Amino acid sequence: MALTRSQVEHVSRLARLGLSEVEKEHLTEQLSRILEHVESMNRLNTTDVTPTYHAVALQNVLREDKPHQSLDRAKVLSQAPEAEAGCFKVPKITEG
Amino acid sequence: MATNWETVVGLEVHVELSTETKVWCGCKNEFGAEPNVNVCPVCLALPGSLPVLNATALQYIIKAGLALNCTIAHFSKFDRKNYFYPDSPMNYQISQLDLPLCRNGWVEIVLADGSTKRIRINRIHLENDAGKLLHAGDDVAEGESSLVDFNRAGVPLIEIVTEPDLRSAEEAGLFLNKLKAIIKYCGVSDVKMEEGSMRCDVNTSVRPVGATEYGTRSELKNVNSFSAALRGIEYEAKRHIALIEAGGTVDQETRSWRDAKGVSVVLRSKEEANDYRYFPEPDLPPVVLTEEDIERVRATLPELPDAILRRLTTEYGLSAYDAAVIVAEKESAEWFHEAVALAGAGNAKAVANWQTNELNRVMNAKGLGPDQIPVQPRQLAELLQLMEKGVITGKIAKTVFEKIVETGKDPEVIVKEEGLSQVADEGELAKVAMEVVVANPKVIEDWKAGKAAAAQFLVGQMMKATRGRANPQLAVKLVTEALRQHTGQA
Amino acid sequence: MTHNLSASRLNKAFASGELSAVEITEAFLARIEATEPAVRAFLTVTADQARDRAKKLDGRRRNGDGEIGLLAGVPVAVKDNMCTEGIRTTCGSKILGDYVPPYDADVVERLRAAGAIIIGKTNMDEFAMGSSGENSGFWPTKNPWDPGRIPGGSSSGSAAAVAAEQVTLSLGSDTGGSIRQPAAMCGIVGLKPTYGYVSRYGLVAFASSLDQIGPFARDVEDCARLFEVIAGGDRRDSTNAGRTPPAIKLGGEPSLKGVRLGVPREYFGAGIDPEVKARIDEAIVKLASLGAEIGECSLPHTEYALSAYYILAPAECSANLARFDGVRYGHRTLDSGGLLEMYMKTRQEGFGDEVKRRIMIGTYALSSGYYDAYYKKAQQVRTLVIRDFEQVFRQFDALITPTSPITAWGLGEKTDDPLAMYLADACTIPVNLAGLPGISVPCGLANGMPVGLQLIGKHFDDHKLLQYAWAYSKAAPFDARPPLGKGDK
Repeated sequence: MALTRSQVEHVSRLARLGLSEVEKEHLTEQLSRILEHVESMNRLNTTDVTPTYHAVALQNVLREDKPHQSLDRAKVLSQAPEAEAGCFKVPKITEG
Repeated sequence: MATNWETVVGLEVHVELSTETKVWCGCKNEFGAEPNVNVCPVCLALPGSLPVLNATALQYIIKAGLALNCTIAHFSKFDRKNYFYPDSPMNYQISQLDLPLCRNGWVEIVLADGSTKRIRINRIHLENDAGKLLHAGDDVAEGESSLVDFNRAGVPLIEIVTEPDLRSAEEAGLFLNKLKAIIKYCGVSDVKMEEGSMRCDVNTSVRPVGATEYGTRSELKNVNSFSAALRGIEYEAKRHIALIEAGGTVDQETRSWRDAKGVSVVLRSKEEANDYRYFPEPDLPPVVLTEEDIERVRATLPELPDAILRRLTTEYGLSAYDAAVIVAEKESAEWFHEAVALAGAGNAKAVANWQTNELNRVMNAKGLGPDQIPVQPRQLAELLQLMEKGVITGKIAKTVFEKIVETGKDPEVIVKEEGLSQVADEGELAKVAMEVVVANPKVIEDWKAGKAAAAQFLVGQMMKATRGRANPQLAVKLVTEALRQHTGQA
Repeated sequence: MTHNLSASRLNKAFASGELSAVEITEAFLARIEATEPAVRAFLTVTADQARDRAKKLDGRRRNGDGEIGLLAGVPVAVKDNMCTEGIRTTCGSKILGDYVPPYDADVVERLRAAGAIIIGKTNMDEFAMGSSGENSGFWPTKNPWDPGRIPGGSSSGSAAAVAAEQVTLSLGSDTGGSIRQPAAMCGIVGLKPTYGYVSRYGLVAFASSLDQIGPFARDVEDCARLFEVIAGGDRRDSTNAGRTPPAIKLGGEPSLKGVRLGVPREYFGAGIDPEVKARIDEAIVKLASLGAEIGECSLPHTEYALSAYYILAPAECSANLARFDGVRYGHRTLDSGGLLEMYMKTRQEGFGDEVKRRIMIGTYALSSGYYDAYYKKAQQVRTLVIRDFEQVFRQFDALITPTSPITAWGLGEKTDDPLAMYLADACTIPVNLAGLPGISVPCGLANGMPVGLQLIGKHFDDHKLLQYAWAYSKAAPFDARPPLGKGDK
């Protein structure tokens, strides 16, 4: 299926991924080609086929409710692009 | 002719589970800590970290589901709900989409007219809480920047989704109170709205009375207290009715409740609705439960409010009203049971009277919460015993009760320290009786004239002189004797 | 020369005191210094930490302090998508250019416990997305056999470093072939274990349901040794099977008597280089000569596996990479007004083309209205691929295929054609979809470049694959060495 440029723009916004005009143009074309290839799957009738989410089936993997040692805050915040008052700092929130 | 409107409400209630640790990692689940101290690679979503399900969180949601009459799923899985927000470290939330752990439950509420109504619960699922954003001003958009604390990120959360069965703000209030009580009885959450451990989103719509189709609903977020929920519902219902009556239509949208101003504002419209791109969580295998697993959890359920209420009325003969007041809070029901155990089943009604009258009055006056009962059950039992033994009068008992609240001291100590025990020494009281008689010549005349009330007055004076400690029966006898003696009547 | 010794030989030399850990470390650091300009396999060489570590190991050995681990005295390189406490871990991405993790991955803990000397972090396609190493956010690694060619990917640096004898062993990760394909192209051994055998804790996720860490080595014994160290239970990874592999016994007379090996015809279709096919055919003859029963078989859904993979891996990656947002760590744009702009620009600047492409495909495939057509369909196709394998494994103990239909191509040759690059993974991808173990062993040269033979086994039959691969490699020793190695002997 051929993707439109506005679809590419919508997806880029969903993914919070900025794209230049050239990137949008390339991606519109490349994604269309890839999706076209992927759609070969439609030749298969999968109506009654159960999807597989885990190739090696496990179940009920649980952890005991016991506290572990948390990380040192100074160490954690040392990796932050911006920090203040023991917190991570982010720019003005411009969306709901 | 003006249309009569009916309000239709459905709730999505989020409850934080009171586990020791978070849902996907071993960081402490703790309210009020310094920012970003309870964090680790998992709950900060550092690269390479992976979630592991907390066994107690799983047990707690099953417990809540059973208490809310749900069917527990034999096969359940987790899904990723994708959205970007700075309080969400992974920028997706691990939640449950199509196979939640609990389905098809209900809660019964008692309406004002005494009838009962079942509110259906569509589903309950397990997910993680987000961190906390701190910003200047009451509006996210007002601050130039925000600070993020991830202590709360990863705290286990259950989301309880009702069917649109509520028909007014009052019903929503009754439901929320009942839900809160049940969850608390289960011991799976402290359900404190003020600390955010219980929060709700409200879906409201209106329709003409008698209509079968639902109207378009609006979703209200940022509802941070019960009263805000009720105000929000009333506001939304009025807003919808006004829109429709003015010839307009209601938009399906998400709105934010601004409690201080008592208004709701648009957060996003249906067109901008989040596309959450749910897909099965590859990092977590499914949860598979047998009937035996579920029954093992059921066995850990405590007696729930509806059952306790039935028992209090049948077993102890309490009035439905008293029983309802007592079971409304887990702590108060526990307090009642402890007091009855100490005072004896025969005193159950007396305990209930003290609890629903004196105790509740004091607690309301002082603004105390259900976990701040100022009198110990043992102290009430002791007080009742002092009355039974005749050590204190009923009147004095109330004074002693006030003193317990004030000082926390035990009744016997108070009685002793304050000299409040009943005076039953006949010689001592006879002296007081004579003094009272002698001091009231006019009353003697009345008595001689055959006015029965005159003797009553003198008994009252005796009580006053003894600060209420005179044994009432003895006082009547001694006043009569003193009168006779004083007037020379045989 | 120390640098061309095997891990088992180095381990013995260290244990006996013939070579100290410091001597070994210095020899490899010198080797890296000499060859790195041509190979560019390392993003970080941890020379100081390695030297400190070597001194401690020597001290412990002299004092008879504790057991001598399986990897004691053996230099190991770690792909840069596995967390190393206090050592920069970039995933080959600018978005994590300066990121220093506060914890070790499970495999890194195991390496340390086994006495390994971690000598550096290796280059890779950004976030393990790629088949050539050219998608590294820093520089492309070169094939030690021919610096004009790619080493394969995404574990480009780990494969090239072992091939160039810059290190004895290395760890890679394999989501769609990222261990086996570069192993084949660099003429070394690479194992992708059964999904769930090796903990993913501390492996920066690309596609969680497909990713698995595995070993690179120059011979099968060494590969088995490293596998034994890294495999096993870890409660921090919910998808870890909690299994310890059985002891792997390699030795004696190589024999495959009674072993039934299937040759799936779909893996020899159009697009296979005739020279590669010739080497595989020769390998099949060799396997038969060892007593294996060879039979043809069919995995009819193979051609759809690639399509399913190129939906599932991007879909999972679109969520896994959402955490790189400029809030808690990593790159943040200098140029942002509000939060939305910060997110968009940070990710635009931090991610390379291939990562962007996959985030876009994945986001699209999961978005409202397309989930069933793409994501769900792909998971159903995955079921069909798994059923194919189940069917043939009733008849065969393992399957033999080429690892890659082609040998290493020229740098820059396919960078403009992402789809052509994807098609090069056709032989390795179905194995990840089914969570099976797969190993690539060298089986000769085609046009001067190495060719890999892939063996695919049943779940948790990794030890058997290693035995089969060992028998083959004994019967058909691959003695060729890349020019870099030769020039130094």
